Amino acid sequence: MPFNSSGEDYERAQRFRDAALPYLDDAYTLARYLLRNADDAEDAVQECYLRALKHFDSYRGPAMKPWLFAILRNVCRAEYARRASSPATDIDDIPEGAEQTPLWHEVQDTPETQMLRERDASAVQKIVSALGEPFRETFVLREIHNLSYREIADIVAAPVGTVMSRLARARAMLRSAWMAQEEQQK
Amino acid sequence: MTCDEAEILLHALIDNELDAGHARDVEKHIAGCPDCAAALAAYREMSKAVAGMNLRYAAPAGLRQRIEASLPRPTPQTLVTRALAPDRRSVLRGFAMGSGLSALAATGLIAIVMRNDGEQRVLSEVVTAHLRSLQAGHLIDVVSTDQHTVKPWFNGKLDVSPPVVDLTAQGFTLIGGRLDYVDARSIGAVVYRRRQHIINLFVAQTANTERHAAKMETMQGFNVRRWSEQGMNFWAVSDIGPDELAEFGEKFEAALPASS
Repeated sequence: MPFNSSGEDYERAQRFRDAALPYLDDAYTLARYLLRNADDAEDAVQECYLRALKHFDSYRGPAMKPWLFAILRNVCRAEYARRASSPATDIDDIPEGAEQTPLWHEVQDTPETQMLRERDASAVQKIVSALGEPFRETFVLREIHNLSYREIADIVAAPVGTVMSRLARARAMLRSAWMAQEEQQK
Repeated sequence: MTCDEAEILLHALIDNELDAGHARDVEKHIAGCPDCAAALAAYREMSKAVAGMNLRYAAPAGLRQRIEASLPRPTPQTLVTRALAPDRRSVLRGFAMGSGLSALAATGLIAIVMRNDGEQRVLSEVVTAHLRSLQAGHLIDVVSTDQHTVKPWFNGKLDVSPPVVDLTAQGFTLIGGRLDYVDARSIGAVVYRRRQHIINLFVAQTANTERHAAKMETMQGFNVRRWSEQGMNFWAVSDIGPDELAEFGEKFEAALPASS
């Protein structure tokens, strides 16, 4: 082993740290949605960063975030495969809302509506987590991480048209689930 | 366009992902279809509302620490190798001198290990300050090729009086001085030019009055020559080659007036 190899490793690690660690929250958020479990998400993100460091020398793009996400998604899929024997908990049986009444109302920001929004956020997190895998993944990449259809298509290795239809389906499911919840609260 | 098609494409319309032609098609359909128009309005509202919500999760602090810990860190081995590489024989001499000295060396080693993170950070800050100085209008606060103008200019601005040495005869033209900010404190920068290249010589006070021989380092394509003497730390930063930067440092040290 050359004498200065660990020194170079260290400098490389430093560059990697500067480039990749700012996306830790992003990566963790994606892993939480993909795996729906806090511990598994932590493990997946850690594994993702280890793999990313290993391939950092050959990294030439795309942007850091989609690159990390593509690695993270592979890690998460390996985790799905491991879980494959356990009973599926994916929910695709969200009731289809037939009504076309608009769900969202423009509201003035009063303390009450602020509270409502916070409650809404955790309700939406639950609904999103209940979406089937391809829809959940597409929805999170688009609505939470603001990636373009093209970037999402590259990450999930599917055509842009597929991304578009999954997103449409995901939003339709979110909308009907939301309406069903509102019905229950009445 | 059918409603089935529009139902999907309206999402791309909301996300600004449609080219002008398709966008027109969708809009045309929607103009004549109240159901799709209502759906578009509802999804627009929904997208807006979702965008205003915080649906993210924050990574636990423990995760960040574990990832940090799994990244390569400088090992004591590396540091010893690096520090002593120019004169490996002295390592052997050290061994020959017995365990008392080894124990002392080990203590020093810990200090080196602990100090290294800070040194790396300062090094990268110095390079950043150098880069910043190259942006238009940031290079020089006091413009002068006269050391007797530049040196007094620093008075009262710093806790140290940076030595300003005219090295024009040696091929390094003094062009001015500047106040900069490194490691959360003000620092003096004396600026030299070699052909078209800028050399920033950063000077900061240190409590340690020992003389430390120069070390050449490279960061982000810049060479940094670092040394200490007369209670000051020096960093010479430039994009000139390490041999020329070493020459600069040596000439500067040679021309430096003896400690007063």
